[in-house]
Amino acid sequence: MDTTHNVIIIGSGPAGLTAAIYNARAELHPLVIAGLEPGGQLMTTSVIENFPGFPDGIEGPVLMQNMIAQAEKFDAKLVYENVVSVDFNQKPYKIKTPGNEYLTKSVIISVGSKPRRLDLESEAKYWGKGVSTCAICDAAFYKGKVVAVIGGGDSAMEEANTITKFAKKVYLIHRKNEFKASKIMQDKTFTNPKIEVIWNTVVNEIVGDMVVTGLTLFNNQTNTESELKVDGMFLAIGHIPSTEIFKDQIELDEVGYIKTPDGVHTSIEGVFVAGEVADPSYRQVITASGMGCKAALEAERYLSHLL
Amino acid sequence: MSTQINETNFTQEVINKKGLVLVDFWAVWCGPCRILGPIIEEVGSEVKDVLIAKINVDENPVLANQFGIRSIPTVILFKDGKPVEQSVGVRSKEDFIAMINRNR
Repeated sequence: MDTTHNVIIIGSGPAGLTAAIYNARAELHPLVIAGLEPGGQLMTTSVIENFPGFPDGIEGPVLMQNMIAQAEKFDAKLVYENVVSVDFNQKPYKIKTPGNEYLTKSVIISVGSKPRRLDLESEAKYWGKGVSTCAICDAAFYKGKVVAVIGGGDSAMEEANTITKFAKKVYLIHRKNEFKASKIMQDKTFTNPKIEVIWNTVVNEIVGDMVVTGLTLFNNQTNTESELKVDGMFLAIGHIPSTEIFKDQIELDEVGYIKTPDGVHTSIEGVFVAGEVADPSYRQVITASGMGCKAALEAERYLSHLL
Repeated sequence: MSTQINETNFTQEVINKKGLVLVDFWAVWCGPCRILGPIIEEVGSEVKDVLIAKINVDENPVLANQFGIRSIPTVILFKDGKPVEQSVGVRSKEDFIAMINRNR
């Protein structure tokens, strides 16, 4: 509370941790507010085969643990808290978490994006009790069970096919009558005997007792409701930038990505951006890391001008 | 120090235990579990009177199923052998200590 940090990095994916490594090596003692899902989206992936320097690939979680260890080695401090609000109206900038309020001269925002949700009350109730956004993490819990996957893109097809390794049946539920997924993924899906597609349908409610037992579906062509018995539901309906907490503080585009003229600076002096939160087009580990490096160097330059 | 719990010693170590037991359901392949592991150990070294227990869901599917575990890491706090509070995903050490204190 009393100390003013040089730089606070919000987010702990490849962008945030690369920034932390650079700023820590520059002896700026960065504080990383790592969130409750530290390591970011890579924590829920398997092998990364396109990160340079690892010819045999490296597991996403291992890569992130290595980045955390590397940042901590140079004296970056990580706290596992979620930011609830920020105040960039006066200096030093204020960042609030449920238990703490931090002051800082500069900020690097690298909060990434998160899986889009349906925003149903029942969805929150059954989160981790049958509702998931990560087949790689949770598919193994559905051995011999029946599962619904919601979505129509490549990731929905991928999740559905992954889950069929465990589940006996997968319903792929999509609100339209065609998929936007690539042809190769669609072919894989249509030829998988365990997958049944339900077209023109949305989820109205998730029902269950201790865990999910079924879905109330709505067919938008016939305008009828129906019940479907499932043991779990996986969402694959895209990603949205995690920027609600910044919306009155910094300029965002219409989707919620942080506006940046050059991929580093934002509408606020001393507040920099890195990774997917400002990059809807590339969304790669290496591009996020590269942006993290740039943001760290800009923050360092900004701080040196303050002295 | 945490106690490894399996289907054989679960009743003795958790159900029949008076007071609080914090149980971490995890698996080797689960990325977030690896982050949570050391946090749970830290909780254990600060709160001496609470037993910290770990259940590998791959080796103990019956226990995972019994408590409706469908995502990991899931942490369940038991009081006098009954589950009283549960959280899914990585949480901070302070969150777990608060969870313990409000269930004392």
